[in-house]
Amino acid sequence: MSDTPPAGPTGQIPGGDGDNALEFRDPEKAEAIADRLAELADNVSDPPATIMHVCGSHEQSIAKFGLRSMLPDSVRLIMGPGCPVCITNMPEVDEAVALAEAGVTVATYGDMLKVPGTTKSLDDARAEGADVRVVYSAADAAEIAEEEDGEVVFFATGFETTAAPTASVILNNPPENFSVLSSHKYVPPAMEIVAEMPDTDIQGYLAAGNAAIITGSGIFEGIVDEHDLPVVVGGFEPLDILAGITKLVEMIGNDEAAVENAYPRCVTEEGNQQAQQQLWEVFETEDGEWRGIADIPDANLVLRDEYAEWDARARFDIETAHLRDESAARLADDCICGDIMSGKAEPTDCEMFGEECTPDDPVGACMVSSEGTCKIWHEYGGHPDI
Amino acid sequence: MSDTSDTSDFDSETESERIGLEHGAGGEATRKLVAETLASGFGDPEDAIVGLTGMDDGAVIPVGEENLVLTTDSHVIDPPFFPGGDIGRLAVSGTVNDLAVMGATDVRALTSAMVIEANYPVAKLERIADSMAATCEEANAAVVTGDTKVMGNGEIDGIVINTAGVGVAPHVTPDSAVEPNDVILLTDSIGEHGISLLAEREGIEFGSDLASDVKPLNDLLARALEVGGKNIKTMKDATRMGLAGALNEIAEKSGVGIEIREERVPVTSDVKGAGEMLGLDPFQIANEGVAVLAVAPKSAENVLDELREHPKGENAAAIGKGIDDHHGRVVLDTGIGSRYLREPASEPAPRIC
Repeated sequence: MSDTPPAGPTGQIPGGDGDNALEFRDPEKAEAIADRLAELADNVSDPPATIMHVCGSHEQSIAKFGLRSMLPDSVRLIMGPGCPVCITNMPEVDEAVALAEAGVTVATYGDMLKVPGTTKSLDDARAEGADVRVVYSAADAAEIAEEEDGEVVFFATGFETTAAPTASVILNNPPENFSVLSSHKYVPPAMEIVAEMPDTDIQGYLAAGNAAIITGSGIFEGIVDEHDLPVVVGGFEPLDILAGITKLVEMIGNDEAAVENAYPRCVTEEGNQQAQQQLWEVFETEDGEWRGIADIPDANLVLRDEYAEWDARARFDIETAHLRDESAARLADDCICGDIMSGKAEPTDCEMFGEECTPDDPVGACMVSSEGTCKIWHEYGGHPDI
Repeated sequence: MSDTSDTSDFDSETESERIGLEHGAGGEATRKLVAETLASGFGDPEDAIVGLTGMDDGAVIPVGEENLVLTTDSHVIDPPFFPGGDIGRLAVSGTVNDLAVMGATDVRALTSAMVIEANYPVAKLERIADSMAATCEEANAAVVTGDTKVMGNGEIDGIVINTAGVGVAPHVTPDSAVEPNDVILLTDSIGEHGISLLAEREGIEFGSDLASDVKPLNDLLARALEVGGKNIKTMKDATRMGLAGALNEIAEKSGVGIEIREERVPVTSDVKGAGEMLGLDPFQIANEGVAVLAVAPKSAENVLDELREHPKGENAAAIGKGIDDHHGRVVLDTGIGSRYLREPASEPAPRIC
């Protein structure tokens, strides 16, 4: 339907639909887990035990089912940089806008349309006549290129979950007029940076099960070793999340740093080897700025030189200087999206939340994307902590 | 503008403000527009029981010993013919229900004003007129006066119908009367109108007999009032902004909190499934034949039993209660945790009524 934007770049929630999901929404089981969680929370030596999750789909489920209201006072659950749309940097949006204005067809995920660039969003460019298309996947974008004579650029955003399919399209002989403007991001380095931020004080990570289906749970061993904190991979139904948090609180109480998989019905230690192989065949990591958070080493995914012919940055001379007039910046200066994504602040700490900044007229990216904390909190009542 | 004043009277800022679809959605944006832009020249009579400032489903003005209820509504639905109804049934039901939920279940008279696009097929107009007649009969109401205008091809989309109605309310049931401990009753399952409209409009087949719930509710609500009398404090039809919109409005106007248990709210599996597929929350989806009642605890069970005995209320349920906490807000117990239930910021789908 035309009025609902397609899902964000992290894609579908595994096990999110259908009757099977209902067994992971059982109130009695939830209560039993919550009781166990309350017992374990007494063992936390340095309360509150601050747990960060890094996925918009986790936040959606947490907010929708009111899970924070079940947590003991000694457990604090915050969302980190888990919204790929939100951390896409303004200069990256500027590049996509510049390409669209130069007459190239730009295809991207629906959530990206309203994300503000320095002075313009893709939606603005489209209103001015540029050819901007909404797609659900990299393959859809390649299909558009099949049908069109002109150049088609896929503005590719998202974490490993969408980067792997982008790689697959590139490896399968896409049309010559197709190329990729990669804003794909790699999560583990960002988790490391945020773990080091002194004012976030994270004691454990609830890792995103959908990304781990591809990367495997083993990918988080490095974070555990380096930062001496537990990482639990969790699914997206309420019971999955409660079970993941309970495991984390138990580990925090026992001072135990390890990787645990609380989503074994979908995630293995090795992950999807073929997807990983394709991902790293096409992409390599590069330092890059995540909007509002930090310049993060090895956290941007760029096309390797061998695949430069599909790289929009190599194919086009992208001129964004004219879009960089900062004098037009308005309320965005007061936006605390970066602090929210680093876990230092909550949406309700922002004076613009629900006032100047709403889903219909967003100031910051966190209010644009269906994966953004602000948009999710706004949709589910403004403040999920009752 | 009917006069010829120079447009330079408008400064650039005023000129840049435009009407958006959200201004017609019946939520906060509509209320703000009415209060800040339209209502300055309107005024409540001094003796109004419920006036414009009440922003209720209708106005209540004393005439002699009686409470006259007056309401009006324009209908712009797309498509005009849909599973379960059409714009004619909607135009009558919408106004009858707005009277009924103010307490005027006995509808004295309706008006009908139509604006029709040139070239509109007369056969379609006949279908609409027949449907209005049948719905009037069901509601024991009659259209007593009307107006017809035609606009050029492309100047209006098909047909717009405005209806107004008057009735008399022996006991007025405004949005603002809910008290803590009042039981919140819901007359039917939610979301069917909006979801079936969207499915029809987008050409999505859900392989089910999903249909709009559009219907006059005055017969059902009259039965409730017979049993509950003045113990029925508030009635409201949960239309454009869905059940979430109706509950938030009465919580805010009554200055109480409302606590809802999600598992108690009847939602058909068709609506649940289609909602999951379309990414829509049934609480925020429009209804055209569902009302919310706030009833004093001592009468709640009797009223609920009475509702359930009526064919239009057989799915009725007690879904929550007024609370002396979280004033002006709605708390949803999801069965797992709790959160606030907010009014949708804009209609998930415009032109649905």
